[in-house]
Amino acid sequence: MVIGAGECGGRAALALRDLGFEGPVTLVGDEPHLPYERPPLSKEAMTGEAPAIKAIATDALFAERAIRHIHSVRAVAIDRAAHVVQLSDGSSLPYEKLLLATGSVPRKLPMPGLGGRCVYLRTFNDALAIRAHLSAGNRVAIIGGGFIGLELAAAARKLGAAVTVIEAQPRILMRGVPAEIAEIIHKAHEAEGVAIRTGQGIAAIDDDGKEVGITLADGQRVVADLAVIGIGAVPVTALAAEAGLAIDNGIAVDEQLRTADPDIFAAGDCCSFPLAVYGGRRVRLEAWRNAQEQGALAAKNILGGEEVHAAVPWFWSDQYGLTLQIAGLSDEGRSIVRRDLDDGAFILFHLAEDGRLVAASGIGPGNAVARDIRLAEMLIAKRASPAPEALGSQAVKLKSLLAA
Amino acid sequence: MSDWVEACAAGDIDEEDVMRFDHAGRTFAIYRSPDDEYFATDGLCTHEKVHLADGLVMDDIIECPKHNGRFNYKTGDARGAPVCVSLRTYPVKVNAGKVLVQVG
Repeated sequence: MVIGAGECGGRAALALRDLGFEGPVTLVGDEPHLPYERPPLSKEAMTGEAPAIKAIATDALFAERAIRHIHSVRAVAIDRAAHVVQLSDGSSLPYEKLLLATGSVPRKLPMPGLGGRCVYLRTFNDALAIRAHLSAGNRVAIIGGGFIGLELAAAARKLGAAVTVIEAQPRILMRGVPAEIAEIIHKAHEAEGVAIRTGQGIAAIDDDGKEVGITLADGQRVVADLAVIGIGAVPVTALAAEAGLAIDNGIAVDEQLRTADPDIFAAGDCCSFPLAVYGGRRVRLEAWRNAQEQGALAAKNILGGEEVHAAVPWFWSDQYGLTLQIAGLSDEGRSIVRRDLDDGAFILFHLAEDGRLVAASGIGPGNAVARDIRLAEMLIAKRASPAPEALGSQAVKLKSLLAA
Repeated sequence: MSDWVEACAAGDIDEEDVMRFDHAGRTFAIYRSPDDEYFATDGLCTHEKVHLADGLVMDDIIECPKHNGRFNYKTGDARGAPVCVSLRTYPVKVNAGKVLVQVG
């Protein structure tokens, strides 16, 4: 039984069948939709002609693979002793093995004054509600200069809305993105007409349901038809916590995604796990590919496997014509080597003190950095220590370093 | 159905690499395998219509640059999430140093 019908839960259910499991598989989700991809919600779902869910499976596929999808229902309690999960519709379901793929929810802005024009983005329905306000001439305030906020800012500009991004930190993308790359993105937004206010806390918000007034720490006011709050995400852990499972910045699992209960696993945004490539450093990742990989891995280990999560973290963001890709965790690095590619694209390689390649951050038009970031990811996985001169020279093919 | 078109010179593609080829409003990806054979598939990933030629070739696999969807470029077979629809492949031959693709 899988709780949480997002990317991770959906992939896990399908993987159980791919691996030949013939027992009952039940997928429980609180949204009314089939499992769908969330990355487009801040991108194409805003700007595309007709917003449509990008489902990862159809009802027909679930039927064919004998996966029971229970939608619009929450799991409210786990009785570990009895191996039963209680659902919000009053029913209960027995399980042999349980996967928690409960995901994360937007971090709430802890302030009074928020009303109907202050919104968050997590679900397709949230996206539709935001989209309705992104028309030309409307004013949109984005609170938080992270990926969700900046991608929405880019989408809102494309649709002609006036956009202000408010970030409390001294620069946008403080978490996980090197300053050199954040600056490129900052300039791209300014060139597209976005007003970015960094280093600005919020003193007060008043929202009368028609208009939002935001008073910044320096006393200035931003008035908008809609404020979207994108200040990070928090893992959904209450169900696990109430069942007595350990929480440590997410549902704590081991490198095989098991909780302390041998019959309960957790995967995706909701869990923290030891990352093998950085010597077991405990992390929690909010990323699409991680959700996929961990869903598939959990399925394997639920069926008796003992495979360790060995993947290198990876994510991307699209804003205007630029794509950013990062492999690894750049805060593991102590020095940076820059490699320039064609068309203004470049990659920063982050090296640890001992010279080991620990992360690579790239930005450029279209998919200009994709291939080299992918190769860097393989080098990171191999725990390689390539010569900095080779990394920095476009003439040296990264593939040749991989073979070394 | 037998319209062979010239895509590029054989030396234009490195071994274990890929190149984009546009023809008559369509886009293709032309591959040179590590054992020096040439192959062709549709140019766009079946997941989100991204040009595969920006992706990475490893052995007989092409990996989409956007979301790492994988295909066997010799057969077109999709190799796991997020891609589930296979690529169409096209016959390729090398003639007098030119790579020809049957695009029909």
